[in-house]
Amino acid sequence: MKARPIQYVLLVAVAAVFLGPLYWLLSTAFKDPAQIYQWPPAWWPHFTWENFSLAWKAAPFDRFFLNSTIITVAGTALKVVNAVLTAYAFAYLRFPFKKILFFLVLGAMMVPGHVTLLPNYLTVASLGWINTYAGLIIPGIGSAFATFLMRQHFLTLPTEVTDAAAVDGAGHLRTLWRVVLPMSRPMLITVVVITAVEEWNNFVWPLIVTNTASMRTLPVGLLILKDEEGLAAWGTIMAGTLLVLAPMLLIFLIAQRYIVGGITQGALKG
Amino acid sequence: MTVVDLPARAHPDEQTVAASNDQLKRRRRREYGLFALLVAPNLLVIAVFAYWPIVYNAFLSLTDWNMIAARPKFVGLANYGRTLTDPAFHKTLWITVVFTGLIVAGSLVIGLALAFLFNLPLKGRGAVRTIAFAPHILSGAAVATIWAFIFDPGYGLMRALIEPFGAEPPDWMNNSDWALPGLVIVYLWKNVGFAALIYLAGLQGLPKDLDEAAAIDGASTWTRFRAIKLPLLAPITFFLLITTVIGTFQAFDVIAVMTGGGPGDATTTLSWSIYNEGFQAFNAGRAATLSIIMFVILLVVTTVQARVMERRVHYR
Repeated sequence: MKARPIQYVLLVAVAAVFLGPLYWLLSTAFKDPAQIYQWPPAWWPHFTWENFSLAWKAAPFDRFFLNSTIITVAGTALKVVNAVLTAYAFAYLRFPFKKILFFLVLGAMMVPGHVTLLPNYLTVASLGWINTYAGLIIPGIGSAFATFLMRQHFLTLPTEVTDAAAVDGAGHLRTLWRVVLPMSRPMLITVVVITAVEEWNNFVWPLIVTNTASMRTLPVGLLILKDEEGLAAWGTIMAGTLLVLAPMLLIFLIAQRYIVGGITQGALKG
Repeated sequence: MTVVDLPARAHPDEQTVAASNDQLKRRRRREYGLFALLVAPNLLVIAVFAYWPIVYNAFLSLTDWNMIAARPKFVGLANYGRTLTDPAFHKTLWITVVFTGLIVAGSLVIGLALAFLFNLPLKGRGAVRTIAFAPHILSGAAVATIWAFIFDPGYGLMRALIEPFGAEPPDWMNNSDWALPGLVIVYLWKNVGFAALIYLAGLQGLPKDLDEAAAIDGASTWTRFRAIKLPLLAPITFFLLITTVIGTFQAFDVIAVMTGGGPGDATTTLSWSIYNEGFQAFNAGRAATLSIIMFVILLVVTTVQARVMERRVHYR
């Protein structure tokens, strides 16, 4: 089939639709306030950092950034460790009632997160974890989908290699660390990246489990900023928004094939 | 596996059998112990933060509680009776269904169209596919903030695009006729790249021989699409249908940032009203009731999916 000009026009239009809002964000964040409120709008900013300093004055964005980073790093690490250990146990070890236990792990995927909000809030409150990193992180580190992905992957590895490690006298943890994980790098990266993106973007849980500015995360801080500044400060708000998006866009550009690979794998083989 | 199952060695004396039996038992005990150790943290968190909430919700839904009083007051099924006969709840359900329906239909149709476009031999299609998919991994709160500015009737991009055609832009988010369609546009912009990606993977996995045979027989592009590709893509369509329904039912961040359920109740979906009852009205019993209703709806959806998928696997 030969490509026709109309198909290229369509392709460019699609690119414009998805890039347009991001360009609008980027350019607004660097426009000076007078430029933002001129009409018709300016398509090219006179570069200024003013909006960022205004955003910092309006809200403790450095603190939001720190909180988001801590939660993303710790939450991702704990969740992935959980997933890997559980997946290894289910793939390589014997245990009575293993099937039922595995069913219980996977069954967690059937529980919609939004439904658990209120009880989890009450549980976290009764543990004294409101406005703490523990309250922000721990409820999210149970892993069903990541465990499932890792286990499916472990089952595709040749058993000869793990058997050989066992014959050489390696214990299970050593086998996992030295043999199984090195063979699973692409899947491991996929799970890490997908988890990190989820943690960073998490919105409703940090919203309800924190109520002091010093414990807010970036997405929640953004909501507060927008509600407080209203329509008066689109430049400030766009600067804050850019701060929320930029790290994930960067990770996406670097690890794109892992994200795409993991998602299609989950959809087509899951 | 027991010792008896092992291949018999030549004349083992009693002591060796006893010793190896002991060793095997010890090894198995250690294996069981290790398994428990590896699985316990994950299962504990899942039990406390995924399963227990369902039980807790079921209990709370039978109570009246403002989350301040020392203990919830038991009211039986009163919350269910009140909710199920409440016109406001009916409207919420209707809004949720319309919202979900529009997003599901939009995702599938636009996603499939994009997948076909990305499957053509065009230069740069890989880059555009990546660009279309990128919003899917971005923070919903941030995406919502961008679009709140785009929809701004005074200085938004939408006004800049519409005005040259002599049209007046609506005050999207403050207009009860435009707020819901506005949210749908934002969700589609954010998530249609996901559907496109899955469809594209499906298209590339289709067997070529059938399509080529039909082409040789003179079947038109449209006939080949309708009679060959679409049926073969049915399992993927079904997967996207279910995941989009589940995701859209729980949509929250974009609604919270853009409309807060309003104006009035124009964008009050089931997920927003759970939040609103629980964390703004502090009505734990009614929030729990709505949670259980959502759980049951999504459980039915998920079970149907599991059933159909199982059948599909057996087919192969």
